[in-house]
Amino acid sequence: MNLDFSPEEIAFRNEVREFIRENYPKELEGIGSREDLTREEFLAWHKVLGKKGWSTPAWPEKYGGTGWTSTQRYIWSEENARVDALMPLPFGVSMVAPVIYTFGNEEQKARHLPGIRSGEVWWCQGYSEPGAGSDLASLKTTAVRDGDHYVLNGQKTWTTLAQHADWGFFLCRTDPTAKKPQEGISFILVDMNTPGIEVKPIKLIDGTHEVNETWLTDVRVPVENLVGTENEGWTYAKFLLAHERSGIAGVARSKRGVERLRNIASEELVDGKPLLQSQDFARKISQLEIDLTALEFTELRTLASEAAGKGPGPESSILKVKGTEIQQRLTELTLEAVGNYGAPYGYGMEGTGNDGFGVGPDHANFAAETYFNMRKTSIYGGSNEIQRNIISKMILGL
Amino acid sequence: MDFNFTEEQNMIRDSLSRLIREQYDFDTRRKVVESEAGWRPEMWAQFAELGLLMAPFSEEDGGLGGGPIDAMVVMEEFGKGLVVEPYVPSVVCGGGFLKRGTDAQKEEYLSGIMSGENVFAFAYAEPRGRYNLADLETTAKKDGAGYVLNGHKAVVIGAPWATHFVVTARTSGDRRDSKGVSVFVVAKDAQGVSTRDYPTVDGRRASEVYFENVSVGAEAVIGEVDNGLPLIETVTDEAIAAICAEACGAMKVAHAMTVEYSRQRKQFGVPIGKFQVLQHRMVDMFMEHEQSISMTYMATLKLDEDEVTRKKAASAAKVRIGQAGRFIGQEAVQIHGGMGMTDELAVGHYFKRLTMIDSEFGNIDHHLKRYTGLTEMDLPAAAE
Repeated sequence: MNLDFSPEEIAFRNEVREFIRENYPKELEGIGSREDLTREEFLAWHKVLGKKGWSTPAWPEKYGGTGWTSTQRYIWSEENARVDALMPLPFGVSMVAPVIYTFGNEEQKARHLPGIRSGEVWWCQGYSEPGAGSDLASLKTTAVRDGDHYVLNGQKTWTTLAQHADWGFFLCRTDPTAKKPQEGISFILVDMNTPGIEVKPIKLIDGTHEVNETWLTDVRVPVENLVGTENEGWTYAKFLLAHERSGIAGVARSKRGVERLRNIASEELVDGKPLLQSQDFARKISQLEIDLTALEFTELRTLASEAAGKGPGPESSILKVKGTEIQQRLTELTLEAVGNYGAPYGYGMEGTGNDGFGVGPDHANFAAETYFNMRKTSIYGGSNEIQRNIISKMILGL
Repeated sequence: MDFNFTEEQNMIRDSLSRLIREQYDFDTRRKVVESEAGWRPEMWAQFAELGLLMAPFSEEDGGLGGGPIDAMVVMEEFGKGLVVEPYVPSVVCGGGFLKRGTDAQKEEYLSGIMSGENVFAFAYAEPRGRYNLADLETTAKKDGAGYVLNGHKAVVIGAPWATHFVVTARTSGDRRDSKGVSVFVVAKDAQGVSTRDYPTVDGRRASEVYFENVSVGAEAVIGEVDNGLPLIETVTDEAIAAICAEACGAMKVAHAMTVEYSRQRKQFGVPIGKFQVLQHRMVDMFMEHEQSISMTYMATLKLDEDEVTRKKAASAAKVRIGQAGRFIGQEAVQIHGGMGMTDELAVGHYFKRLTMIDSEFGNIDHHLKRYTGLTEMDLPAAAE
């Protein structure tokens, strides 16, 4: 056991740091805390990484993965977090792609993986429905076979950033007579430009348009877009969620967030002295940082056991629960730190042309909005209560 | 970065685990704890035979060439078995000081620690010093070439079984000054040393130790005169890592017992483990245990880094494990219901040990404060 980086790993770190310094898009600097980015902004760094061959480090090498060790992947995320880099979105890279390269056929791999790698093709996730949240298996959207097509009908919701999406992966019911709700579900890839798909914005409490309702009316999808076996989709869906969870801890990003919080607290004044010198507040930051250290080492242990050949298992639920609790606490303390200037509304009132951006110190911009927005993290990806159910069943055997 | 154990470390764990399973079951432990001696010197001899007492020492010092990770492996197993024998006082603390002593001190004391012949206790706490290692009323006054010690040391764990003490005392400066602290080795049978022995709530033995004009020679000083505090902090950080590992072992068993009990115990016609409110609590216990393992690895692996990094790591681990131990201990008793309150069941004894680990070598508040203070030292001058 040791924490040392080998000379090769130090060389790797220097190479990565240098690459990021020279290639990270200038127009993205300082953009990290905003939620209302354009498609081009979201994809800018992804496209650079795609050209370099670094956009999909975790994939198997034969599909375009980098073959990095767990330590190298740790270094990679640390170095990106140092500059607050806007990383490739998960929907293609770490959600649908592992399903495609694990369960898809050769044609699907050839067709879809290159666009995900390069950042040319944007994916969205069609899982949740108005009546199927935590009880995802109760989903009602149907896919009925009609010749060489499936005909999809139903409504998906919380479709994140679907307004930019080229493709979506949808869970649909293909066998309504199956005995258990988990049976009879299929995993289908859908071109979002197919007639019959309507994407309607949902405005969230922080004012952003991040998620959507997606309505499907007689959407005709070629049968070759079925992944794996018909009615086996639930297996792939669970596999995908385990992959989603393992990236969700966000350790490197939270470390950067603690640093930023400390800087804010050293500029904000209480009775003429930096907030950071208040023992009450300083200890809140310490506790957060200690919890983050525990998460970091739990993630390192998980990565090490993954490298030893065990895929992401139910242990990744710990990373999801603890990672999101910390992200939320971080935004909570950041809002506390900025005091009065949490109030001005960064996204303003639609139509008035009036927004509160830039009224207070720069570091107060979006502090409240981000806090509100981050409440989503303990709800999405399988709520933290569902994660506890998973651990209870899969690890404790209850 | 590497999180694997060596073959030797795996062997230590396996053989110790077998020994505890076969000879340290809960009923046997209870009899030992209630016996007059309160421990088993013959068990200590078996630990020596297994090489546990020499595992963390270098080969030059006559050890097996291991280090803190070996101690971590041992302590986790000790935690699972609620072992009362004084590994931390004698091997981690006594040995931790003496391996940094002179060749003569190593020769005189360290080989005896490794063989099990010398049993050390660490007399650092005082009735009015709480967790501040420099808040000392015990004095060591220069007397010719040697020193004369006077003072009262509080709750010295393992003292009734000890042959020797490592004693911290003030050689100069004011009561809480960081300078002016020195470390001495004192034989328990030295003239002027007396003890009042008692059991502790978690099944061990401790003493109040009194020093009344105890004369020691110059060769009794470990490390530098007046500059002992950095050494004391180094060794207590090693002890913190060790008891964090012990806590992980105790948490593991307390949690496993609770999950098992929830499968057996039926109420309202079903095992109580079927209730989601209890499932989620046991999941939270599981997550706290996992985070504690992570923090123990972290603190142990950072013991040989620079001083600030080491101290922050030890304090962070102690905070996290103090919190986790309290949560797991309390919930283990709660989910066991009335049975958890009984002396007959083991689970309450794990709760008691976890509770006491929090206050050993500084509790949650103490280490949160220490961590915060060290973080401020790290900061750029932004806070002007």
